[in-house]
Amino acid sequence: MSTVAVATPQGESPPVTRPVNYLNVHFGVRSWLLTTDHKRIAILYLISITLMFFLGGAAITVVRLQLLTPDNNLVDADTYNKLFTMHGIIMVFFFMVPSIPAVLGNFLLPMMLGAKDLAFPKLNLLSWYIYILGGTFTLWAVLSGGVDSGWTFYTPYSSKASHTNIIPAAVGVFIVGFSSILTGLNFIVTTHMMRAPGQTWFRLPLMVWSLYATSIIFLLGTPVLAITLTLVAIERIFQVGVFDPALGGDPVLFQHMFWFYSHPAVYIMVLPAMGVVSEVVPCFSRKNIYGYKFIAFSSLGIAVLGFLVWSHHMFVAGISVYEAFLFSFLSFMVAVPSAIKVFNWTATLYKGSVAFATPMLFAFGFIGLFTIGGLTGMFLASLGTDVHVHDTYFVIAHFHFIMVGGAVMAYMGGLHFWWPKMTGRMYPEFWSRLAAMIIFVGFILTFLPQFVVGNLGMPRRYYQYAPEFQVLNVMSSAGASILAVGYVLPLVYLLWSLGYGKKAGANPWLATGLEWQTASPPPPDNFAVTPVVTEAPYQYSKEVAVVS
Amino acid sequence: MSANPTHLAHHFADVRQQHDTATLGMWVFLVTEAMVFGGLFLAYTVYRVLYAAEFAAASAHLNVVFGGVNTIVLLSSSLTMALAVYWAQTGQQGRVPAALILTALLGTAFLVIKGFEYHGDYEDNLMPGLAFDEHAWGPHPERVKLFLVIYYIMTGVHAVHLIIGIGLISILALMARRGRFTRGYYYPVEVGGLYWHFVDVIWVFLLPLLYLAGVRN
Repeated sequence: MSTVAVATPQGESPPVTRPVNYLNVHFGVRSWLLTTDHKRIAILYLISITLMFFLGGAAITVVRLQLLTPDNNLVDADTYNKLFTMHGIIMVFFFMVPSIPAVLGNFLLPMMLGAKDLAFPKLNLLSWYIYILGGTFTLWAVLSGGVDSGWTFYTPYSSKASHTNIIPAAVGVFIVGFSSILTGLNFIVTTHMMRAPGQTWFRLPLMVWSLYATSIIFLLGTPVLAITLTLVAIERIFQVGVFDPALGGDPVLFQHMFWFYSHPAVYIMVLPAMGVVSEVVPCFSRKNIYGYKFIAFSSLGIAVLGFLVWSHHMFVAGISVYEAFLFSFLSFMVAVPSAIKVFNWTATLYKGSVAFATPMLFAFGFIGLFTIGGLTGMFLASLGTDVHVHDTYFVIAHFHFIMVGGAVMAYMGGLHFWWPKMTGRMYPEFWSRLAAMIIFVGFILTFLPQFVVGNLGMPRRYYQYAPEFQVLNVMSSAGASILAVGYVLPLVYLLWSLGYGKKAGANPWLATGLEWQTASPPPPDNFAVTPVVTEAPYQYSKEVAVVS
Repeated sequence: MSANPTHLAHHFADVRQQHDTATLGMWVFLVTEAMVFGGLFLAYTVYRVLYAAEFAAASAHLNVVFGGVNTIVLLSSSLTMALAVYWAQTGQQGRVPAALILTALLGTAFLVIKGFEYHGDYEDNLMPGLAFDEHAWGPHPERVKLFLVIYYIMTGVHAVHLIIGIGLISILALMARRGRFTRGYYYPVEVGGLYWHFVDVIWVFLLPLLYLAGVRN
């Protein structure tokens, strides 16, 4: 069908010694800001979300300091509310949601398919500008006075009672949603239309299946959030009723519409993370993945079932008991495809030549912490238990195990795994292993006590708390400081490696994916010759020892 | 292959792939659009079930003549749009600009009529926040207001989509006049047409939900 397109770099005179890659093909700020190369856009996203990550982290640092003692007055109560709201909005909408898809997915999807670019390169660039515009709005909202509604914008508090910058923050989240939609649209169309000859659906890397499933959620969930926030804004600006009970509205309807996006959003965060783990685990166990089709279809299963569980956020909001039964049952069901994946990764390790390289350490961190996060989710899906732990630190601990212990771990693992491909340089192995261990230990110390303190009855979002909770809160704050070290460390050594890291070569891990069959960093069109795929992914042979 | 290299972006193998990619992209985008309106349809449905009597009473006050005429106007624009795609596809490029301009004009006519209708609604005290008679509606004026708010939001979001559509169709008309399209390269017209038809279909749902809910009472 498609002809083999040969795209050798041309126009340069012979004395050029360095091979042309996507980084050195053009220079200057303009060449970055007007680029349509998916790899450069991935780098733009990487820089932006890293900035957002540290801003969101700074906000929660103050929160953890405030919670060191039961009756602390480090910041006043209003500022405290604004800080955890800022943390939530920035981390959810501006870091977690775009993290793996917009950085690693953007960089890798076309390469994994054997394509030269995403289907719509200009839309891809537009999505980054939309992200920046939305981020500007939101940052302006939080910096010029702040928002105190929590990241959930619950009505009627957000539409009526709060005197803070709800509208600009909501506009920012509304805008950034379109960046997700464009990314999802691009990924779906690219996966359908841009696969190289021979790259059939069941030869796709599992990362592609994950990104595809994620994109479905982007496309079906994000627009509902957009229209919901529009309704909140209209209610707030014109003082007319949509959700306000005093004006005939139904606040629970807001919760339904909000969680219709925001619960699947959890799967937006964790599905791509599962994709990363599915790439890393076979590579560092030198084995074919166990149960390829089960993992592939469980991604789609999570995307579908993930849309059918949202009401479990409202078990105590006055919903009907039959509805609660149904959503409790469906929430248990969504654990099945997640468990399938965990079992399959574990089975892949069996009799493999396991190497404890940095990406693998992060992948192990993901599997362990995600399992804890998932199982505690079962506590919350149980109707009776949920009444006890609802709105306590138990919930905080649960979703941080999924999002930070799970998704951020995998994001870090993926960043390390593909760093040599993105930059052409190796990161320092010792420091990166150390960072992985610090993050793991810091994470456990931060969030494990929160399960306990939540079960003992400490409510979330509280500014001050009963003295008997202090020991556990101090443990949590101490863990957070370790976690902070663990996150700053990679920032330092990854930047260092850009200049001083060992040259990586095309395939330092001897991995099988198409992205490893081209130079590092890749040439502007990804492949010198469009690859022809002849076999399934993950055809690892045990004989090849992995570098450490 | 009817390759037209000037229109073929570097990352596609051939024109066919580019064409199919563009149309699939629009279909996927329309799925997202359906979810935008889906959220509004959900809100409408919930409150219609809760407040059936008030919704019917308020609906009966909307101007069904304007709504009906606008339906005819918009469906006619779908016909001219479909003709534009057909003519572009079958190589009758000379007819395409007129069909596109007519489509954009019909869309504009819809907005003008809608504007007169909104003005009439204002004069009839059907605009919560600006002109509304709290005492004319029995014990639950807030439920009537809820209907009206949803009416303005749904028709407003629809009108925004129509304005974007008129802009797109105008650009396509300009491209068509400059002879940019051929039998092998007309996917922008097709993609624009998909969007236009979607906006029309939304109106086909809005008409009965908003205007006809109260006619029988």
